[in-house]
Parts: sequence; structure tokens; C-alpha cells
Amino acid sequence: MKIVRGALLGVAALLLSAPSLAQTTLTIATVNNGDMIRMQGLTGEFTAKNPDIAVKWVTLEENVLRQRVTTDIATKGGQFDVLTIGTYEVPIWAKKNWLVPLDQLPADYDVADLLPKIRDAVSVSGKLYAAPFYGESSMVMYRTDLFQKAGLAMPEKPTWDFVIEAAKKLTDKDAGVYGICLRGKAGWGENIAFLTAMANSYGARWFDEKWEPQFDKPEWKKTISTYVDLMKQAGPPGASSNGFNENLALFNAGKCAMWIDATVAASFVTNPKDSRVADKVGFALAPNTGLGKNANWLWAWNLAIPAGSKKVDAATKFIAWATSKDYTKLVASKDGWSNVPPGTRTSLYQNPDYVKVAPFAKLTLASIDAADPNKPTVQPVPYVGVQYAAIPEFQGIGTAVGQQFSAALSGSTTVDAALSAAQSSTEREMKRAGYIK
Amino acid sequence: MARMASTRRVAISSLAAWLAGFLIFFPILWMVLASFKTELEAFAIPPSFLFFHWTTENYATVQERSDYLHHALNSIIVAGGSTLIALLIAIPAAWSMAFSPTKRTKDVLLWMLSTKMMPPVGVLVPIYLIYRDFALLDSRAGLVFILCLGNLPIVIWMLFTYFKEIPKDILEAARMDGATIGRELIYVLTPMAVPGIASTLLLNLILAWNEAFWTLNLSTLNAAPLTVFIASYSSPEGLFWAKLSAASTLAIAPILVLGWFSQRQLVRGLTFGAVK
Amino acid sequence: MATRQTQLLARTLLTPAVGLLFVWMIIPLVLTIYFSTLHYNLLDSESKQFIGLENFRYFLTDPAFLASLQNTLVLVGSVLGLTILLGIPLALLLDQPVIGRSLVRLMVIAPFFVMPTVSALIWKNLLMHPVSGLFAFVAKLFGAAPIDWFNDVPLFAIILIVSWQWLPFATLILLTALQSLDEEQKEAAEMDGAGALSSFIYITLPHLARPITVVILIETIFLLTVFAEIFVTTGGGPGLQTTNIAFLIYAQALIQYDIGSASAGGLVAVVIANIVAFFLVRIVGRNLEA
Repeated sequence: MKIVRGALLGVAALLLSAPSLAQTTLTIATVNNGDMIRMQGLTGEFTAKNPDIAVKWVTLEENVLRQRVTTDIATKGGQFDVLTIGTYEVPIWAKKNWLVPLDQLPADYDVADLLPKIRDAVSVSGKLYAAPFYGESSMVMYRTDLFQKAGLAMPEKPTWDFVIEAAKKLTDKDAGVYGICLRGKAGWGENIAFLTAMANSYGARWFDEKWEPQFDKPEWKKTISTYVDLMKQAGPPGASSNGFNENLALFNAGKCAMWIDATVAASFVTNPKDSRVADKVGFALAPNTGLGKNANWLWAWNLAIPAGSKKVDAATKFIAWATSKDYTKLVASKDGWSNVPPGTRTSLYQNPDYVKVAPFAKLTLASIDAADPNKPTVQPVPYVGVQYAAIPEFQGIGTAVGQQFSAALSGSTTVDAALSAAQSSTEREMKRAGYIK
Repeated sequence: MARMASTRRVAISSLAAWLAGFLIFFPILWMVLASFKTELEAFAIPPSFLFFHWTTENYATVQERSDYLHHALNSIIVAGGSTLIALLIAIPAAWSMAFSPTKRTKDVLLWMLSTKMMPPVGVLVPIYLIYRDFALLDSRAGLVFILCLGNLPIVIWMLFTYFKEIPKDILEAARMDGATIGRELIYVLTPMAVPGIASTLLLNLILAWNEAFWTLNLSTLNAAPLTVFIASYSSPEGLFWAKLSAASTLAIAPILVLGWFSQRQLVRGLTFGAVK
Repeated sequence: MATRQTQLLARTLLTPAVGLLFVWMIIPLVLTIYFSTLHYNLLDSESKQFIGLENFRYFLTDPAFLASLQNTLVLVGSVLGLTILLGIPLALLLDQPVIGRSLVRLMVIAPFFVMPTVSALIWKNLLMHPVSGLFAFVAKLFGAAPIDWFNDVPLFAIILIVSWQWLPFATLILLTALQSLDEEQKEAAEMDGAGALSSFIYITLPHLARPITVVILIETIFLLTVFAEIFVTTGGGPGLQTTNIAFLIYAQALIQYDIGSASAGGLVAVVIANIVAFFLVRIVGRNLEA
């Protein structure tokens, strides 16, 4: 009996005195893009430095992720501790107090190092609500060999007129080479992202100061007719259902002389493993019409903490690690400088090692700088966001309008009909949402 | 029982069947081939059918990046569990409607089908709130529950159809031999309904396996089945078709095995030996 | 023939299924009806107010509504037609003694195994793409111009993809039903001089009447809410050509978390489904009882 009691006491003592490794488990929801996958692969480095934090990943495709995360945060489901959200969500959710403001970042985080436009995009009233993981704009990617053969030289800041002329000249449908590949697939994040940026450069805007939709104005008409004509003459077949990935595949296969799309594509098209034209790519700023705005957009994927989270400390530690300068150095040491997450920190673009291996670095930076989410258009607007309007209704409105524009592209409606349908459907939605009477 | 088919007939039938099978199966074959190509090769023009650089790098990537076994296990538990439970509830129900039909049977059947008419998108938020309050989010039990109820009408309908084919005489004969209802169900009915139960099991298991709305929205990590696995390879920024093909091939592998065994149960004559 | 005792037992055996389904139906239905009368946006949750039938009015007066209704019916009808017209001969064929029958059957059923999103992506990019797809390549081999599927005939392209996915379902159910077809009846008819065709029409087809009805009804339920294939390939476009009711609900409501509108849309979809089912039962419902 005594032995048993002794044994029990001994075990109790052991259990009580064992160092309690109180493990906090962070569940992180993220997009399945290459940089995030890489971050997932480097988790070991984080947990080595923070043995009391375990990290679990939920990696999903962008649309599924958005739906999943929004449902959870709006119903306070509490399924995630760190969220990956875009610059579209940050202003909306911050204003609803759904995000924890990031006040507790460590001193060496160097918030001032963040690129100013990107920092603006994730801050509300000066407070940072999400930490940018990687940022992007859009630019022109073109085939240096085809340009050379045709005797054309791409300026660093091309105008739309130049781009249009060049595209027509470089189109050789029999050889399967198309002058320009642009997004056409319907969707607020697909063709609308591109067309909104293009419209900005033509002086158009989504809404005026009173939230009236502006599709009946000449600027939008110029934008869409230019787009449709250009694609008809110089674009590939199937354009009306081509999104980012389809165009990437076409460009990498050598079918496009030019492609205007996200700056992150630059690292894909110059990667010899994935691209047949890796060493023949040049870059230029997205085109303009001289009105002061280029046809480029601004986007960043950011890490944020849902309000009401009980793991703010651990989450902040992770976010600080993943978006820090040290993280960039870590990726560089493992996968090379060309694979570090781009577009968030000024210091990266001042680093000679990076600039050396990333020929697109200078233009990426210039593109990001040229896009102002607080003042995206030539004429004043009541919304923030360059290629979207950061209002909750935009997703639905953008999808409906995107459908109309892809119809204009496919030829099943005229440009005028598409614009008028866009105008009426947007008006209808804005009235219902209470923005206009 | 069946006349010996002439060799010529077998040859023609085989040719036609294999042609049809090949045409139908072709996209999947293409997908499996793509899974062994590099991303560059996967959309290359002209497309290469057999003579390309075969690589297993996509499978390696998938293995490294995601926990296939964890997801596969979840799929088996969730899809298998919900289908088996649905079968257990449905077999008695279908029996009762097939062999003791009333005037209301057809209405009941149609009503059951109507429970599937509500598109899930309409009830996402209410269900999410309920699951949140009952701590069912990201639980296998929660998924099994919702998938079971979702498929129950289909299981009942299919079983009803097959039970109706079984001649009542056999059941009568068994009953006259003194069998109770329980024995009748187990020893007489079920063996005769093997083809029907096998194909019901297969089709509903697949419906549950590929169910991509509730499984994506109600699970996070612990209960995440293969649909979540696939969603992490679908449409990222960048070329992904070869990897997605590899992920998808891995995702259908278990069902291919199940499918093989199920369709072997599709044997004629199981119903008729007994009568004679 | 069924005794009172059997009837009672039969009712009891039916109860768990009916009970569970009733609860499963009623709770979401009540909640949905409740939400459909509210102006309730998840992203705007302070403003939850009762607005009666306004959500319904808004959904039904959407200029896209009629087009999406038409697309829904065309999609459902075409896929039903294709899967059954091809499923019957396929099932008959697979019922024959064929060399390697098990393997061929597996090949025919396989399309049903693949997740709809993945199928759609494979079809869109690897097969149907007018520049880099396999079909385009084959067309050019024969000197023909490749079809720009999603540009020129988007709804047809979707119909093809969905039919391919559901053909195994119809085939398998019909094939299973053929297992219980009495061979002796057919042999007797043959001995009486009936040809293969009349044997098919007068013996096989009536036997398949009930399974065909079941296939029609089950497929209809699923096809009315086809979403993934459309979302991944065309995003509802070009224009409204591939927008069906399910996609309309998504584009109008779910994507911006307008729960009130999504619930109203869901209820409208239920009404439409009931109407369709009503007509179907009128046409083929007799076969259920036989």
C-alpha cells in the first residue's frame, strides 16, 4: 500500500514539475500562391526560434479562401488565428473593427521601411491593420526578340497609342503570335481589375463624388472600345475566358508579343523552368494616355489578426517574422534573391543583390509608386482602391459588369450595349445599397 | 442461363465498348499523363502523348506540401461514414416503401427529394452559425452529419428503385417458410439486392467524396478532406495544371479501387436463381 | 398482401429517415425564410432591418433573371437528354459479354470520380483551349479552324462538360437495373421470332422505365444547382450566356454577403425546382409505381 501511494505521489510530482511547454497553436489561412507556399515551407525556422508556438496551415485557392475567411470572421467563428487578406478587405474590415490593429510590432520591424503606397493601402487613420506580405502592381511584359525583329523600341513609359500600334504590327496569326494578351475572363478580380486600371489611365472612374456610376461617360466608352478593337485585331482567340493563368501559359509558350498583368508574373516568365522565352523578356511601365495616371494597379496580400483573437501575442510574433527584413534574407539564402516576396519594403529595392538578379525590380517599384489607392483616378472619387472600389458591394457589382465587358470582347454584344447594361446594373445595385437615392 | 454468345458478337461488342470507354476515359487519361509532365510540357503545343520527359516531381511537390494521408483518411471517414450511416437508415425505409407501399409513398418520395432543392449557398450562414454554437466546426462528426442528410434522399431513391425490381414472390416464399421480417431483410433481401446496394454505395460515396461546398466551408484542419487538398492546388497565381493533375490523381485513387470492386458486383442473375 | 402488422412495421422503419429529413429540411427552411425578409448584409451587420418582400422583388426584377432562368432550363434539359440518350446504349453495351468488361466499366464510370472543379479546369485548359488545347491541335491537323468554345458556344461547352461528368451516373444506374432483367423473357421472345430491336422496345425499355425516371429526377435536382463548372470556366459570361440561377444568386448576393438576398434567391430556386419537378412527375411519374 505504501509503495503504491509513494508511486502515485511520485508520478504526481513528476507531472506537476515537468516544464509546462504551453503550446499555442496558430491556424493560418493563406492563399496558395508561390510565395505563401514558400513561407509554409520555412515554418520550421520560425518554430525553432519560438518553440512555444506551433503553426498549422490552411492553404486554399483565392476565391475559396476569401469566402471561407469572410464567413468565419463575420460570424466570429474563431477558426483562424492569422488571416491572409488582400488590400481590398483591409479598409473594409478595419472600419468594422474586425481586425486587431498591429500596435505591438517589435521595434526592429521598421514600419517606416514599408513602401509608402502599400503602407497606405493597409492603414486606416494612420494605424496599421495588416502587415503586407507581398505587393504587386501591373506592368508591360514584352518580347525583346520580337520587338527587335520588327525594329521597334519600347520606351520605359509607353503610351497606349504606342502599345496599340506595336501590337498590331507584331501580330502574325498564321504563325500563332498575337500582338498582345490581356485578361478577358469575367470577374471582379479578373477582367475588371485590368479594365479598371486601364480606365484610370483614360481618365475614367467608377463613381463620381455622389456615387453615381460613370459608364455613360465618354472616358469609359473610349476605354472599352479601345480594348475590344485592340483584342479583335491583335489578341488571341479565346480571350474572353482568359484570366491570369491562361495568359501566363500563352506568354510562356511564346504566343504573346506583349502582356500587361501583375508584376509577380515577371518572376514566372523569366524562369527557364516554366517559360520558353525566359531570356527574351523586357519590362515597361503600364501604358498611359498622358492624363497623369497609368494603367497599373496596386495590390498586396497581407497578414492580419481577427478581432477577439486570444492569441494576439503569438500571432503578432508570427506576422512580424514573416514580413520582416530577416525573412527576406532567409528566403534569399535558401532559394535565391529572385524568389523573395516582392513589393513591400524600400530596403529590398535598395539591396544590390536583389536588383542584380531581378531585372524587373526597378520597374516593379516604379509601378507600385505610380499607383495611389487614395487618389486612384484623374477626377476625384469617393472611394479608395486602384483597380476596385473598397466597398463591400464591389464584388457583386464588379462581377456583373465583368460579365458585360467579356460579352463585348467576345462580340456577343456591342460596346455601347455592354456599357449601358453595366450602367443600369450598377445603378440598381447602388440604389439598393443606399449609396444613391 | 444466358446463351453462349458467338465469338463474332463478343468481338464486335468488345470493340464498341472499348472505343466508347476510351473516348469517355480520355480526359482522365490526359489528366494522369499531365501529372507526370513538367508544367511547361503540360500545355505545350503540339501536345505530347507518350514521348515526353516523364517526371514524378509533381507528386513529390504534393507530398512535401500537403498531408495527403491525413486528408485521404478524413475523406474515407467522412464520405464512407456518411454513406454507410445513410445506408443503414435508408435500407429499412426503402424496404418499407417498396414492399408496403401506401397511397402516400410517391408523395413521401418526392418530398424527400425536395429537401435537396435548396441550394446550399442560401443556407451557408445559418448552418455556419449553428455549427459554431454547437462546436461542430472543423469536426468529422459535423461533416458526416451534414453529408449523410444531404445524400439520404438519393440513397433512399436508388435503393427503392432496386428493391422494386425484386420479385415479391421470393419474399413471400421466405415469409411462408417462417422467416421474420428481420431475417427476411438480412438473409433474403440483402443478398438479392447486392448489385443495387453496391452501385448505390459507390455513387453516393462519390457524391460525398467530391462534395465541395460543405466540406470546404465547415472544415479547417482536423476534419479537412481531400476536397480541401484539391482546393489548395487549384488556380493559384502561376502554372499549376501538372500539380493539380497529380493532386487529383491522388484524390481519385481510393475511389478507383472502390469502383473496381463495386462494379464487379454488377452480376446478372443474382435475383433469379432463388425463384427457380 | 401486406398485413396490418407489416404495415405498422413498415411505418416504423420509415420513421428515422422521415424524421431526420424533416428536421434537416425545416430548420434551414425556417431560417432562410426569416433571413429572406431582412436587409441583412454580413459585412454591414448593424443594419439588420425587416423589409418584407423587397429582397424577392429585387431578385426577380433583375434583368439577368429571365436569361438565367432560361439558361438553367436549357442546361438541365440538354444534360438530361444527352446523359440518358447516351446512357441507355452504353448500359446495354456494358451488359454484354465483353473482353475486359470490368476494366471498360471502370473507365466509363471514371468521369464521375473527378471533382467537378478539376474536370472543368482540365476541359477548359488542356482540351478546349483554342490555342493550346488538344482539340485545337487535332482540328489544325485536319486543316480546320479550332472552335473557340468558351467564346462562341459557352453554354454548349458547359453542357458538354457537365454531361461528361454525369453520363457515368446514368449509365451505372441503368446498368444495375439491367442486372435484374429476366433473360428468359428475352429468350422466349427471340424464339418467337422477335428481332433485337423489338425485343429492346417491348421488353428492355419498359423494364428500364423506372430507373430512367429515377435518373431524370435525381439528375435534375443536381443539375439545377450546377455552379463550380461555370465559375471556373467562364465566370458566368460572356455576358449572361452561362449564368444560371445558382450563379446569379452567387453574383448578386453571396459574393457580397447579402444574406437577405441570398436567402430570397435560394427560396426562388426552390420554387423553380418544385415547378420543374411537378412537370417531370406529370410526364414520367407513373413509372415510379408500376
